Amino acid sequence: MAKLTLDDLRKLRDEKQKAMNMRDPENKSAQIIVGMGTCGIAAGAKETFNTIIEELTARDISNVLVRQTGCMGFCHSEPTVEVIVEGMPAVIYGNVDTELARKIINRHVISRKLIDNHICDKPAMDIIR
Amino acid sequence: MHATVCDYIADLVQNSVEAGASLITLEISTLPEKIEVAVSDNGKGMNSETLRSAVDPFFTEAGKHDHRRVGLGLALLKQTAEAVNGSMKITSQPEHGTEVGFSFDRRHLDTPPPGDIALTLTGLLTFEGDYELKVIRKSLKDEYRISRSELIETLGSLEQITNIALTKDFIKAQEENLLQ
Repeated sequence: MAKLTLDDLRKLRDEKQKAMNMRDPENKSAQIIVGMGTCGIAAGAKETFNTIIEELTARDISNVLVRQTGCMGFCHSEPTVEVIVEGMPAVIYGNVDTELARKIINRHVISRKLIDNHICDKPAMDIIR
Repeated sequence: MHATVCDYIADLVQNSVEAGASLITLEISTLPEKIEVAVSDNGKGMNSETLRSAVDPFFTEAGKHDHRRVGLGLALLKQTAEAVNGSMKITSQPEHGTEVGFSFDRRHLDTPPPGDIALTLTGLLTFEGDYELKVIRKSLKDEYRISRSELIETLGSLEQITNIALTKDFIKAQEENLLQ
Protein backbone atom coordinates (compact mmCIF):
# COMPACT_ATOMS: atom_id res chain seq x y z
CA MET A 1 0.00 0.00 0.00
CA ALA A 2 1.29 3.45 -0.84
CA LYS A 3 1.88 5.76 2.05
CA LEU A 4 -1.33 7.55 2.99
CA THR A 5 -1.30 11.18 3.93
CA LEU A 6 -3.76 13.00 6.15
CA ASP A 7 -5.29 14.52 3.01
CA ASP A 8 -5.91 11.04 1.61
CA LEU A 9 -7.50 10.15 4.89
CA ARG A 10 -9.77 13.18 4.76
CA LYS A 11 -10.91 12.22 1.26
CA LEU A 12 -11.65 8.67 2.41
CA ARG A 13 -13.66 10.05 5.30
CA ASP A 14 -15.70 12.29 3.00
CA GLU A 15 -16.49 9.38 0.71
CA LYS A 16 -17.58 7.23 3.62
CA GLN A 17 -19.69 9.99 5.04
CA LYS A 18 -21.50 10.51 1.77
CA ALA A 19 -22.30 6.82 1.51
CA MET A 20 -23.42 6.80 5.13
CA ASN A 21 -25.77 9.75 4.80
CA MET A 22 -27.45 8.19 1.79
CA ARG A 23 -27.98 4.96 3.63
CA ASP A 24 -29.35 5.76 7.01
CA PRO A 25 -30.59 9.14 8.10
CA GLU A 26 -32.08 7.71 11.27
CA ASN A 27 -29.48 8.03 13.95
CA LYS A 28 -30.30 5.75 16.82
CA SER A 29 -26.99 5.23 18.42
CA ALA A 30 -25.49 2.53 20.56
CA GLN A 31 -22.33 2.50 22.61
CA ILE A 32 -19.88 -0.33 23.02
CA ILE A 33 -17.19 0.05 25.66
CA VAL A 34 -14.28 -2.36 25.87
CA GLY A 35 -12.35 -2.76 29.14
CA MET A 36 -8.63 -2.26 28.53
CA GLY A 37 -7.02 -2.54 31.94
CA THR A 38 -4.07 -4.86 32.50
CA CYS A 39 -6.60 -7.65 33.09
CA GLY A 40 -8.43 -6.98 29.82
CA ILE A 41 -5.22 -6.66 27.82
CA ALA A 42 -3.88 -9.94 29.21
CA ALA A 43 -7.12 -11.75 28.38
CA GLY A 44 -7.15 -10.59 24.75
CA ALA A 45 -9.31 -7.44 24.82
CA LYS A 46 -7.45 -6.12 21.79
CA GLU A 47 -8.68 -8.99 19.64
CA THR A 48 -12.18 -8.36 20.98
CA PHE A 49 -11.90 -4.66 20.12
CA ASN A 50 -10.67 -5.54 16.65
CA THR A 51 -13.49 -8.00 16.02
CA ILE A 52 -16.05 -5.40 17.07
CA ILE A 53 -14.60 -2.90 14.60
CA GLU A 54 -14.43 -5.48 11.82
CA GLU A 55 -17.92 -6.80 12.40
CA LEU A 56 -19.49 -3.34 12.54
CA THR A 57 -17.59 -2.25 9.45
CA ALA A 58 -18.47 -5.43 7.55
CA ARG A 59 -22.13 -4.93 8.33
CA ASP A 60 -21.99 -1.26 7.44
CA ILE A 61 -23.24 -0.17 10.83
CA SER A 62 -22.11 3.37 11.44
CA ASN A 63 -24.27 4.64 14.28
CA VAL A 64 -22.32 2.95 17.04
CA LEU A 65 -19.75 4.59 19.27
CA VAL A 66 -16.88 2.36 20.27
CA ARG A 67 -14.84 3.34 23.29
CA GLN A 68 -12.27 1.86 25.58
CA THR A 69 -11.92 2.20 29.27
CA GLY A 70 -9.85 0.80 32.12
CA CYS A 71 -10.68 -2.09 34.40
CA MET A 72 -14.42 -2.37 35.03
CA GLY A 73 -14.03 -4.55 38.12
CA PHE A 74 -14.51 -7.94 36.50
CA CYS A 75 -10.91 -9.07 36.21
CA HIS A 76 -12.08 -12.66 36.61
CA SER A 77 -14.25 -12.42 33.49
CA GLU A 78 -12.09 -10.48 31.07
CA PRO A 79 -12.36 -9.39 28.35
CA THR A 80 -15.40 -7.36 29.37
CA VAL A 81 -17.57 -5.27 27.08
CA GLU A 82 -20.33 -2.88 28.11
CA VAL A 83 -23.15 -2.47 25.61
CA ILE A 84 -25.60 0.41 25.80
CA VAL A 85 -28.40 0.30 23.26
CA GLU A 86 -31.25 2.79 23.38
CA GLY A 87 -34.34 1.28 24.99
CA MET A 88 -32.40 -1.64 26.46
CA PRO A 89 -30.69 -2.02 29.83
CA ALA A 90 -26.96 -1.27 29.89
CA VAL A 91 -25.23 -4.63 30.08
CA ILE A 92 -21.68 -5.71 30.83
CA TYR A 93 -20.72 -8.94 29.13
CA GLY A 94 -17.82 -11.03 30.42
CA ASN A 95 -15.46 -13.49 28.74
CA VAL A 96 -15.98 -11.79 25.41
CA ASP A 97 -13.87 -13.69 22.94
CA THR A 98 -14.05 -12.94 19.23
CA GLU A 99 -17.00 -15.27 18.73
CA LEU A 100 -19.03 -13.63 21.48
CA ALA A 101 -18.02 -10.20 20.19
CA ARG A 102 -19.64 -11.06 16.86
CA LYS A 103 -22.69 -12.38 18.67
CA ILE A 104 -22.97 -9.11 20.60
CA ILE A 105 -23.13 -7.16 17.36
CA ASN A 106 -25.55 -9.52 15.67
CA ARG A 107 -27.80 -10.40 18.53
CA HIS A 108 -27.64 -7.51 20.98
CA VAL A 109 -27.01 -4.50 18.75
CA ILE A 110 -28.89 -5.65 15.63
CA SER A 111 -31.61 -8.00 16.92
CA ARG A 112 -31.89 -6.30 20.32
CA LYS A 113 -31.79 -9.47 22.37
CA LEU A 114 -29.65 -10.11 25.46
CA ILE A 115 -27.15 -12.94 25.39
CA ASP A 116 -27.46 -15.58 28.12
CA ASN A 117 -24.64 -16.79 30.36
CA HIS A 118 -22.29 -13.90 29.75
CA ILE A 119 -23.92 -11.05 31.63
CA CYS A 120 -21.89 -9.84 34.62
CA ASP A 121 -23.76 -8.77 37.70
CA LYS A 122 -22.69 -6.66 40.69
CA PRO A 123 -19.41 -4.99 39.76
CA ALA A 124 -16.80 -4.13 42.37
CA MET A 125 -17.98 -1.31 44.65
CA ASP A 126 -15.47 1.24 43.41
CA ILE A 127 -16.77 1.33 39.89
CA ILE A 128 -20.34 2.14 40.88
CA ARG A 129 -20.50 5.85 40.34
CA MET B 1 4.14 -12.19 31.10
CA HIS B 2 1.91 -10.52 28.52
CA ALA B 3 1.58 -12.20 25.13
CA THR B 4 3.00 -9.38 23.00
CA VAL B 5 5.10 -6.24 23.38
CA CYS B 6 2.03 -4.27 22.33
CA ASP B 7 0.24 -5.41 25.47
CA TYR B 8 2.90 -3.72 27.60
CA ILE B 9 2.60 -0.59 25.50
CA ALA B 10 -1.19 -0.56 25.86
CA ASP B 11 -0.82 -0.99 29.59
CA LEU B 12 1.57 1.95 29.94
CA VAL B 13 -0.49 4.36 27.86
CA GLN B 14 -3.64 3.34 29.69
CA ASN B 15 -1.84 4.17 32.96
CA SER B 16 -1.07 7.63 31.58
CA VAL B 17 -4.68 8.22 30.58
CA GLU B 18 -5.83 7.14 34.04
CA ALA B 19 -3.25 9.46 35.61
CA GLY B 20 -5.15 12.35 34.05
CA ALA B 21 -2.47 13.28 31.50
CA SER B 22 -3.40 15.83 28.86
CA LEU B 23 -0.26 15.10 26.84
CA ILE B 24 1.19 11.64 26.28
CA THR B 25 4.16 10.90 24.06
CA LEU B 26 4.79 7.37 22.89
CA GLU B 27 7.90 6.37 21.01
CA ILE B 28 8.30 2.86 19.61
CA SER B 29 11.45 1.76 17.82
CA THR B 30 11.65 -1.69 16.32
CA LEU B 31 15.26 -2.47 15.51
CA PRO B 32 16.68 -5.80 14.35
CA GLU B 33 18.17 -6.62 17.73
CA LYS B 34 15.83 -4.82 20.10
CA ILE B 35 12.50 -3.12 20.64
CA GLU B 36 12.59 0.15 22.52
CA VAL B 37 9.56 1.89 23.93
CA ALA B 38 9.26 5.17 25.81
CA VAL B 39 6.07 6.66 27.23
CA SER B 40 6.00 10.04 28.89
CA ASP B 41 3.03 11.92 30.25
CA ASN B 42 2.16 15.05 32.16
CA GLY B 43 -0.25 13.25 34.47
CA LYS B 44 -0.29 13.46 38.23
CA GLY B 45 3.02 11.63 38.69
CA MET B 46 4.25 9.69 41.70
CA ASN B 47 6.40 10.55 44.69
CA SER B 48 9.53 8.51 45.34
CA GLU B 49 7.79 6.20 47.78
CA THR B 50 4.93 5.42 45.39
CA LEU B 51 7.42 5.02 42.58
CA ARG B 52 9.31 2.37 44.54
CA SER B 53 6.08 0.49 45.21
CA ALA B 54 4.82 0.83 41.64
CA VAL B 55 6.68 -2.25 40.43
CA ASP B 56 5.49 -4.29 43.40
CA PRO B 57 2.74 -6.63 42.17
CA PHE B 58 1.03 -6.35 45.55
CA PHE B 59 0.74 -2.59 45.36
CA THR B 60 -1.79 -0.39 43.68
CA GLU B 61 -2.31 3.27 44.19
CA ALA B 62 -5.03 3.92 46.73
CA GLY B 63 -7.79 5.94 45.16
CA LYS B 64 -7.24 4.60 41.68
CA HIS B 65 -9.10 1.47 42.69
CA ASP B 66 -10.62 1.99 46.13
CA HIS B 67 -11.22 -1.20 48.07
CA ARG B 68 -9.34 -3.24 45.53
CA ARG B 69 -5.80 -4.38 45.22
CA VAL B 70 -4.98 -4.50 41.54
CA GLY B 71 -2.17 -2.96 39.53
CA LEU B 72 0.05 -5.50 37.87
CA GLY B 73 1.08 -3.56 34.80
CA LEU B 74 4.48 -2.23 35.83
CA ALA B 75 5.29 -5.35 37.82
CA LEU B 76 4.69 -7.51 34.75
CA LEU B 77 6.87 -5.23 32.67
CA LYS B 78 9.73 -5.35 35.16
CA GLN B 79 9.54 -9.12 35.37
CA THR B 80 9.63 -9.49 31.60
CA ALA B 81 12.43 -6.97 31.10
CA GLU B 82 14.55 -8.92 33.59
CA ALA B 83 13.69 -12.25 31.98
CA VAL B 84 14.59 -11.28 28.42
CA ASN B 85 17.87 -9.50 28.92
CA GLY B 86 16.16 -6.14 28.62
CA SER B 87 15.83 -3.11 30.81
CA MET B 88 13.20 -0.77 32.15
CA LYS B 89 13.30 2.63 33.78
CA ILE B 90 10.70 4.82 35.45
CA THR B 91 11.11 8.38 36.56
CA SER B 92 8.30 10.43 37.98
CA GLN B 93 7.59 13.70 39.66
CA PRO B 94 4.38 14.47 41.51
CA GLU B 95 2.21 16.97 39.60
CA HIS B 96 4.58 16.86 36.63
CA GLY B 97 4.24 13.44 35.14
CA THR B 98 5.88 10.11 34.59
CA GLU B 99 8.29 8.63 32.09
CA VAL B 100 8.56 4.91 31.54
CA GLY B 101 10.98 3.36 29.12
CA PHE B 102 11.82 -0.22 28.34
CA SER B 103 13.89 -2.23 25.95
CA PHE B 104 13.61 -5.93 25.10
CA ASP B 105 16.32 -7.99 23.41
CA ARG B 106 14.70 -9.47 20.33
CA ARG B 107 17.29 -12.23 20.09
CA HIS B 108 16.27 -13.59 23.47
CA LEU B 109 14.12 -16.70 23.19
CA ASP B 110 11.57 -15.49 25.72
CA THR B 111 11.02 -12.03 24.26
CA PRO B 112 7.36 -11.74 23.30
CA PRO B 113 6.56 -11.00 19.64
CA PRO B 114 5.83 -7.34 18.83
CA GLY B 115 2.09 -7.87 18.24
CA ASP B 116 -0.21 -5.79 16.10
CA ILE B 117 1.14 -2.26 16.40
CA ALA B 118 -1.46 -0.65 14.11
CA LEU B 119 -4.33 -2.14 16.06
CA THR B 120 -2.75 -1.22 19.39
CA LEU B 121 -2.19 2.39 18.38
CA THR B 122 -5.76 2.60 17.10
CA GLY B 123 -6.97 1.40 20.46
CA LEU B 124 -4.81 3.85 22.37
CA LEU B 125 -6.27 6.74 20.42
CA THR B 126 -9.83 5.93 21.43
CA PHE B 127 -9.80 6.01 25.21
CA GLU B 128 -12.39 8.19 26.82
CA GLY B 129 -11.25 11.70 27.63
CA ASP B 130 -9.61 14.72 26.19
CA TYR B 131 -5.94 13.95 25.87
CA GLU B 132 -3.28 14.41 23.24
CA LEU B 133 -1.31 11.35 22.21
CA LYS B 134 1.76 11.88 20.07
CA VAL B 135 3.21 8.77 18.51
CA ILE B 136 6.73 8.56 17.13
CA ARG B 137 7.28 5.28 15.37
CA LYS B 138 10.71 4.28 14.12
CA SER B 139 12.38 1.42 12.36
CA LEU B 140 15.91 1.19 11.09
CA LYS B 141 14.76 2.44 7.72
CA ASP B 142 12.23 5.16 8.34
CA GLU B 143 9.88 6.79 10.81
CA TYR B 144 6.43 8.32 10.99
CA ARG B 145 4.56 10.48 13.45
CA ILE B 146 0.89 10.77 14.18
CA SER B 147 -1.02 12.68 16.80
CA ARG B 148 -4.51 12.25 18.18
CA SER B 149 -5.36 15.90 17.61
CA GLU B 150 -4.51 15.84 13.91
CA LEU B 151 -6.52 12.66 13.44
CA ILE B 152 -9.51 14.22 15.17
CA GLU B 153 -9.07 17.36 13.09
CA THR B 154 -9.02 15.25 9.93
CA LEU B 155 -11.71 12.71 10.75
CA GLY B 156 -13.87 14.06 13.55
CA SER B 157 -14.74 11.98 16.60
CA LEU B 158 -12.51 8.95 17.12
CA GLU B 159 -15.38 7.18 18.82
CA GLN B 160 -17.35 6.82 15.59
CA ILE B 161 -16.90 3.35 14.26
CA THR B 162 -16.24 4.47 10.69
CA ASN B 163 -13.51 6.82 11.90
CA ILE B 164 -11.93 4.13 14.06
CA ALA B 165 -11.85 1.80 11.05
CA LEU B 166 -10.27 4.54 8.91
CA THR B 167 -7.70 5.26 11.64
CA LYS B 168 -6.75 1.61 11.71
CA ASP B 169 -6.34 1.49 7.92
CA PHE B 170 -4.33 4.68 8.00
CA ILE B 171 -1.90 3.45 10.66
CA LYS B 172 -1.68 0.06 8.96
CA ALA B 173 -0.56 1.80 5.77
CA GLN B 174 2.09 3.72 7.73
CA GLU B 175 3.28 0.50 9.37
CA GLU B 176 3.49 -1.36 6.06
CA ASN B 177 5.50 1.47 4.63
CA LEU B 178 7.79 1.53 7.66
CA LEU B 179 8.51 -2.17 7.74
CA GLN B 180 8.69 -2.80 3.99
